Amino acid sequence: VKTAALDVSGLPEVGFGHRSLLWWGTICLMAIEGTAFALVVMSYIYLKGRVAHWPPGFAPPGLFWGTTNLIILLASSVPNQLAKKASERFDVRGVQLWMVVCLIFALAFNIVRAFEFTTLNVRWDSNAYGSIVWTILGMHTVHVITDFADSLVLTILFFTGPIDEHRFVDISENAMYWYFVVLAWIPIYAVIYLAPRIF
Amino acid sequence: VSEGLTGVPLLTDQDERLTSDFLEGEERKLRDTWKYAEGFFGWCAETDHKRIGRRFVITAFVWFAMAGVLAALMRIQLSRPENTFLGPDLYNQIFTTHGTTMMFLFAVPVWLGLAIYIVPLQVGARSICFPRLVAYAYWMFLFGGIFLYTNFFLNTGPDVGWFSYPPLAGAEYGIGKRPDVWAQLITFSEVSSLATATAIVCTVLKLRTPGMSLNRIPLFVWSMLVVSAMIIFAMPAVMVSSTCLILDRLVSTHFFNQAEGGDPLLWQHLFWFFGHPEVYIIFLPALGALSEIISTFTGRPVVGYVSMILSLIATAFIGFGVWVHHMFATGLPQLGQSFFTAASIMIVAPTSVQIFNWIATVWTARRLRLTTPMLYALSFFFIFIIGGLTGVMLAAVPLDRQVHDTFFVVAHFHYVLIGGSVFPLLGTVTFWYPKLTGRLMSEGLGKLAYWLLFVGFNLTFFPMHLLGLAGMPRRVYTYPASMGWGGLNMLASLGAAVMALSLLIYLVNVVVSLRSGALAGNNPWGVATLDGATASPPPAYNFVPSPTVGSREPLWHSEISPPPVVGLSAAKREVLVTRVLDAEPDHRYEMPGPSIWPLVSAIATSVMFVWSIFNPWGVVWGSIPITAALVLWFWPKRGVPPARLAADAAAGHLTPREMVS
Repeated sequence: VKTAALDVSGLPEVGFGHRSLLWWGTICLMAIEGTAFALVVMSYIYLKGRVAHWPPGFAPPGLFWGTTNLIILLASSVPNQLAKKASERFDVRGVQLWMVVCLIFALAFNIVRAFEFTTLNVRWDSNAYGSIVWTILGMHTVHVITDFADSLVLTILFFTGPIDEHRFVDISENAMYWYFVVLAWIPIYAVIYLAPRIF
Repeated sequence: VSEGLTGVPLLTDQDERLTSDFLEGEERKLRDTWKYAEGFFGWCAETDHKRIGRRFVITAFVWFAMAGVLAALMRIQLSRPENTFLGPDLYNQIFTTHGTTMMFLFAVPVWLGLAIYIVPLQVGARSICFPRLVAYAYWMFLFGGIFLYTNFFLNTGPDVGWFSYPPLAGAEYGIGKRPDVWAQLITFSEVSSLATATAIVCTVLKLRTPGMSLNRIPLFVWSMLVVSAMIIFAMPAVMVSSTCLILDRLVSTHFFNQAEGGDPLLWQHLFWFFGHPEVYIIFLPALGALSEIISTFTGRPVVGYVSMILSLIATAFIGFGVWVHHMFATGLPQLGQSFFTAASIMIVAPTSVQIFNWIATVWTARRLRLTTPMLYALSFFFIFIIGGLTGVMLAAVPLDRQVHDTFFVVAHFHYVLIGGSVFPLLGTVTFWYPKLTGRLMSEGLGKLAYWLLFVGFNLTFFPMHLLGLAGMPRRVYTYPASMGWGGLNMLASLGAAVMALSLLIYLVNVVVSLRSGALAGNNPWGVATLDGATASPPPAYNFVPSPTVGSREPLWHSEISPPPVVGLSAAKREVLVTRVLDAEPDHRYEMPGPSIWPLVSAIATSVMFVWSIFNPWGVVWGSIPITAALVLWFWPKRGVPPARLAADAAAGHLTPREMVS
């Protein structure tokens, strides 16, 4: 008769970072989305190789709004990191404060994004260059809107409840996903705004 | 992070939680905690991995039967020259729907479904990771299939081949909504596969029972981990390309329009960047299952465990570097062709390592048992190797150019896919049927179906090699009598009838054995893995107490009996989360139970997908109900008001540890 046992009742009921299931799920999601971004960028480069002049027949996209958004996104890392740290301390007030600041940044980003679309200097149906530029920017916009909606719901939840320890993990993983959206924007910015000027 | 988040598992001795009295009480509580949802509403809200996995498998076999009927119709049409049984337009829809179903609605989801069922059992977990996401994946898969076949019966089935090349599928030539139906079916099935792959990756990495370090994971689980990773990196390519195709057709973008700077070859690159890994996504699960079957019926571990895993991983990596061999006929630069020929031939190496390991395993069998699953496994060697050899031929550019778009290619990929995936699948279903149903399938009917399938398959597809070499193109609805192809085509059609008969017998066996099969018990075949350590079918909570492992073949080594897990709550759906590399216990985690919201979300997503075929604003308006459904899905039921947590924390009498419990 076996009598030795592995007693796990002393283990905690929550873990942050790579200890948590949600972190791994988010990593998978980032891998999926990252692959999709890489493929549209490859398609951009492929289409560029099909024509003699790039961008074909149109002025490059205006730099002002895109660069503004690059700055907004990079700056949003600060409240994002503070919200993440607050969640890992189970600090309700800190989470509330920094999530609201994050939301303001995300909202500003989305508004500026609307202006970005107006200064691309090409329509999606003008030619293949226009199609790929609109698609890349559109894909990134979907991510920013999605994460804005995510953050909004989590923030409301942190004011209304009910919350328990798992919701702090949600905040932490939401912050990690926001980093993905920020980091993805750097190469995408370079492709949309710098590539037409360099080549 | 803080001391409240760490704890250590204790090794106890003389633990009274292992006495039979205590375990009986524990089982009663667990049965209540993990009980299946009841009634129609409960059926819709079910999230148990065994129920969902079973549904996945059954649904996939329904689509398999539909596509099989389509194949039979094609064989009737081609059985003699200048036949008028089917017209060209219907024939186009039939071969496209057949291929699309087999690739997207059968071959991938059926293995994922088996994995949803078996993987948590083999890693000793009480649940799959993200059970509600898996339920959502099932509904998306179901609705995708219904969407395709509804269109097929409305005469708007896709008709431009399963890889839907523009310009034929593009805005200019693609008729009506047919190519859009194809493109959106892809979105349905890829959302489903990506969600399932994520759940499988997280289950394998984080829910393995203590002791199951990476080098003790069963080979089927390893293969599903590798396949899931491939899905994550391959399927975005077809989602991107099919989205671009819909955009071209709906809002006049020009991705594939040569006249406006686009390029139809961009489609082929994106599609085959997915499409070749897809072959391995279909084939690697079969390799994992074959290892389990061969090991069980030879009574010994598979030779070369580490080399088996490294081969799986190598195949996955090389599989991403060979897509251009589908495009040799498009006039690519010669250097590119040579590179991809070399890569395609290189992939033979890891596959051969596995085949030699299996041969060595059978050769040195402790006790060889030629059961039905083992017959299917052994026929893999014969059929798949023929398919593999014609694959090596096709990897050579001159030969590929000669037989491109002929029946030689049709013969090749049916040998690879049926030999490499369907034969192992039918063996695997026979192998795991007792685990799913509690009864064994009849060996007599099983062997009869097997031999008929083996003969019928070779009769159907071997002649196609010769037809292809004789120049018969694929995807033509008929051919003139003067070509002299009638005899071999008739032979192939007769073979198809034998295959149909065999699959019918297989089905009868499945149905009849549900009632009259011999009772299986926990481990009828004597498997080495943890799925044999629980009842057949397993209880909703899978294990009590949860076993741990001390070797790769835990059920064959009774002399190593590691202590089982105690201390998981029976009052809630608690699972043990472990660490990635060595599966040390890390924390306890409460899994969510049944929920109606995955179904509601899947319905909302389906509405948006279908709407967006007709109107681009469908994406915008259709997203609103999806968002609402997802918020309701996520919105927690348990917890306390934030103000109370904040006040308690400010008063300083609450550590995270206390808040956590």
